[in-house]
Amino acid sequence: MTTQLNSSFRGTQDLPKWLSPTLLVSFFLASFGLQVLIASDSDSAEINFIPVAIFGLVGFTVAIYVISRIIEGVRKATDRLVTIMVSTAFSLALIPLLSLAYTVVTKGVARFDAEFFTFSMRNIVGEGGGALHAIIGTVEITGIATLISVPIGIMAAIYLVEYGRGTIARLVTFFVDVMTGVPSIVAGLFAYALFVIFFGPGVRMGLGGAIALSLLMIPVVIRATEEMLKIVPNELREAAYALGVPKWLTVLKVVLPTSLAGIATGIMIAIARVIGETAPLLLIAGFTASMNYNPLNERMMTLPVFVYTSYANQGVDMQAYLDRAWAGALTLMLIVMVLNLVARLISKYFSPKG
Amino acid sequence: MSKRIELKSLDVYYKAFLAVQDVSMVIEPKAITAFIGPSGCGKSTLIRTLNRMHEVIPGARVEGQLLMDGEDVYGPDVDPVRVRRQVGMVFQRPNPFPTMSIKDNVLSGYKLNNSRMSKAEAEEITEKALVGANLWNEVKDRLEKPGSGLSGGQQQRLCIARAIAVEPDVILMDEPTSALDPISTAAIEDLAVELKEQFTVVIVTHNMQQASRISDMTAFFNIAGSGLPGKLIEYDKTEKVFSNPTEQQTEDYVSGRFG
Repeated sequence: MTTQLNSSFRGTQDLPKWLSPTLLVSFFLASFGLQVLIASDSDSAEINFIPVAIFGLVGFTVAIYVISRIIEGVRKATDRLVTIMVSTAFSLALIPLLSLAYTVVTKGVARFDAEFFTFSMRNIVGEGGGALHAIIGTVEITGIATLISVPIGIMAAIYLVEYGRGTIARLVTFFVDVMTGVPSIVAGLFAYALFVIFFGPGVRMGLGGAIALSLLMIPVVIRATEEMLKIVPNELREAAYALGVPKWLTVLKVVLPTSLAGIATGIMIAIARVIGETAPLLLIAGFTASMNYNPLNERMMTLPVFVYTSYANQGVDMQAYLDRAWAGALTLMLIVMVLNLVARLISKYFSPKG
Repeated sequence: MSKRIELKSLDVYYKAFLAVQDVSMVIEPKAITAFIGPSGCGKSTLIRTLNRMHEVIPGARVEGQLLMDGEDVYGPDVDPVRVRRQVGMVFQRPNPFPTMSIKDNVLSGYKLNNSRMSKAEAEEITEKALVGANLWNEVKDRLEKPGSGLSGGQQQRLCIARAIAVEPDVILMDEPTSALDPISTAAIEDLAVELKEQFTVVIVTHNMQQASRISDMTAFFNIAGSGLPGKLIEYDKTEKVFSNPTEQQTEDYVSGRFG
C-alpha cells in the first residue's frame, strides 16, 4: 500500500545536472566551429559572432527540449523552454548596458587623472586641461534645481494625497502629467524666455539652467512622493487622529517620516534624471572654458555640455578632445552611480524598522 | 475620569446613505459596553461617531445628539481634535507607528502634539501607561527598540498603552482582538476589565463569548437587508441580553440561529 502511494508521487526521471550546461557549451563550440569552417571556405576571414550565438542558442534549445520531453515529460520540458526564453531576454537587455559601461570606462580612463579634476579648460588648446569648471557648474546648477524642486514637489504631492479633492486636485494631477512630457529643450527655451524678460536678450546664467532643470524635476518629484505617500497605511493616520493630533501634525510627524526613505530615493532618481540634461543648459547656461562659481552671473559650464562641446568642436589634437569627452562622460556616470548608492543608504537607514 | 455618554436619536450618514438609524442609548461610566451584531450593521460606524473619527471619511455626517457628561460633542464650536484627545481609540489591527520606538509610541499622544515634558515626566508616563496595559514587564528592557518588532498581541497592548497614556475619559475598542490569537485575546480582555475601573470602555466585537465574558451592558445591532440602515435592536444588561432577551432577533443571534 505504501509503495503504491509513493509511486504515484514519483515523477519521471530527471536529467542529470551536468547535462544542460554541457550541452550549452558544446552547441556554442559547434556553432563556432561551423562558422570557422564557413569563413575559411569563403574569402572573408572574419568570424561573425552574431550567427554563432543564434545557431548555438537555437540548437541548444531544440536539443534540450527534445531530450527533456522524452525523459522528463511535458511539464519539465516546457519549464526548461520558458527558462531559456526568459534568460535570453534578460541577457539581451543586459548587453547594451554592459557594452555602454565598458565603452565609457575603457575610453574614459585615459584622461581620468588628477589634472582632469583640478584644471579648467582656460587657455588650453590641445592636450591637458580638465573639467573642474564643468563639475562645479553641474554640482551648483543641479543643486539649485534640487533646492527649488524638492520643496515644491513634496508640498504639491502632500496636497494631492492628503488634502486635494475635486476639480483643483484633478487639474494639478493633469498638469503634472503634462509637465512630465515636456521636452527638455522646451524647458530650456522657457527658462531663456523668462530670463530675457528681466535681463534682456542674449542672457546666459547658471541660475537659468537650474530653473530649466527644476521644471523637468518637479513632476518627477511629485509623482515619486505621491506614490510613497499613498502607500502609508491609512491606519497610521487614523491612529494619530484618534490621539487628538491635528491633520497637519499627522502629515508632518507620522506620514512624512514613514515615507521618508521612499521620498529620498525618488529625489535621487529625479536628480539622476536631470543631471545629464544637455539641451536646456546649452541654451541658457551656455558654455565656457573658464571657472565660474557664480550661478547669477555669466556662462557656466556643465558636464553634459562639456562632453558635447569637446566632441562637437574638436581641436587640433583631436584625440585629446575625445579623451576629455569620454572622461567627462565617465565622471557623469560615476556621479549618478554615487547618487544611487546614497539613495540606497538613505532608504536602508531611514525606512521603518521591524 | 470617566464620562457618561448619551446618544439621542442619532442618525449616521455617508453622503446620502443612511448607515445607522435612530440610536438612543446611555453608555454608563466605569463599565464595559459591548456592541454586537452581524457584519455591516453599523457597530463600527457608530463607535467611530463617539470620538468624531468617522468625519475622517469625506461625506460622513451625523444627525441627532451625542452628549458626553451633558456636553454636546457635535456642538457648533466643538473642535473634533479636542474630542479625540478625551476619547481614546484602539483599532482592529494593531497599528503602532513604525518609525517610533516603543517608548515614543507610548508618548506619541504628547510628542505628535508638540507638548514638551521633562525626561522624568516622560519616563513616569511611559511606565504608568505600559503597566496599565500589562506590557511593562515584557518591554521594560527594550523601550528604545521599534514598536513594530513586538508580537501582534503585544503591539495591540502597546496601542492601548498609547491610548491610555494621554489619560482620556473614554476608551473605544473597535474589534481589538479579531486579529489576535486566543492567548493575546485573553490578555486584552483582562486588560479591558481592569480599564473599566478608570474609564468608560466601549468595545465592538464579533465574538459573543467575549461580549458575555467581559461586558456589563450589551447593545445588539441588526440590519434588515443590504442597503438598509443598521438599527439598535436591544440594549440591556449583558446577562439579560444573553440569557433572556426581549427581542426575537436578539435571541436568534446570540443563540447562533441567525439567518
